[in-house]
Amino acid sequence: MNSSVIVFPGSNCDRDVATALTNLQFKNKMVWHKDSELPKSDLIVIPGGFSYGDYLRSGAIAAKSNILKEVIKAAKSGCLVLGICNGFQILIETGLLQGALLRNKNLKFVSKDINLKIINNENKFCKNYKKNSIINLNIAHNEGNYFTQKDHLKELEDNNLIPFKYCDIEGSINESSNPNGSLNNIAGILNNNKNILGMMPHPERMVNSLISNSNGIELFTSILNK
Amino acid sequence: MKFAVIITLKKDVLDPQGKVVEQTLQSMGINSLKNLRQGKYIEIDLIESDEKIARNIIEEMCKKLLVNLIIEEYKIRKI
Repeated sequence: MNSSVIVFPGSNCDRDVATALTNLQFKNKMVWHKDSELPKSDLIVIPGGFSYGDYLRSGAIAAKSNILKEVIKAAKSGCLVLGICNGFQILIETGLLQGALLRNKNLKFVSKDINLKIINNENKFCKNYKKNSIINLNIAHNEGNYFTQKDHLKELEDNNLIPFKYCDIEGSINESSNPNGSLNNIAGILNNNKNILGMMPHPERMVNSLISNSNGIELFTSILNK
Repeated sequence: MKFAVIITLKKDVLDPQGKVVEQTLQSMGINSLKNLRQGKYIEIDLIESDEKIARNIIEEMCKKLLVNLIIEEYKIRKI
């Protein structure tokens, strides 16, 4: 399976995700934001980091870059697109995913390992996870407080477009297990066609139990066997 | 022709930075403070002498890049 990782000035999780993909037998290529052609890809990853120094709004400038025009075209024709952290913010700014990522409610940059409940696994990114299982991933962001309008929230809930919610170790989804103030503890969302996933947590940081844990692996293996 | 664009969060969107600034001012003893919202201010100089055309260009800039219309609103002022 061919994957492409888009690299912007300020990306800093690009090589982590490339390593995760390569170790899992993806044929990966790094693609510079100024490029105007995408290599043949089954999966496009927009990695975490601080593209363009988060100027104006996180992801706003990257969303207007050359290569994003190609990413938008590919996404609209059904290619799988995964945006992690700043990648999620960029997908929101392109309009490929709806809603907004606001400043964390407590105004702090939050960097810690959190628990997530798999709310929906009937999609190409999560099918190797068991529904309602709890996984532990890392988050590191300042603007991860997901917000959307009521009718869109209903659409997300009704169409199973929320794969992950923040929870505690027992799986309770409540205010105390919400690290950033995100609406209904939402940690990631899919588009209506379920080929675009944006998520704040970092699965690429959890692919090796020697340095963290391996809870992120299933996300990539789900894609491999799509 | 010079314009200023003032961008603020919509009323229903939580403004945690504004809230902290508000609380700090209140704790400094400014009791008449009722509400405070924080935003962005952008100055733009255009090579365009027709004000109507210039305003349309600024509008386009706002809609395409400067403002996230889901959470923000904006005002354009000639300066």
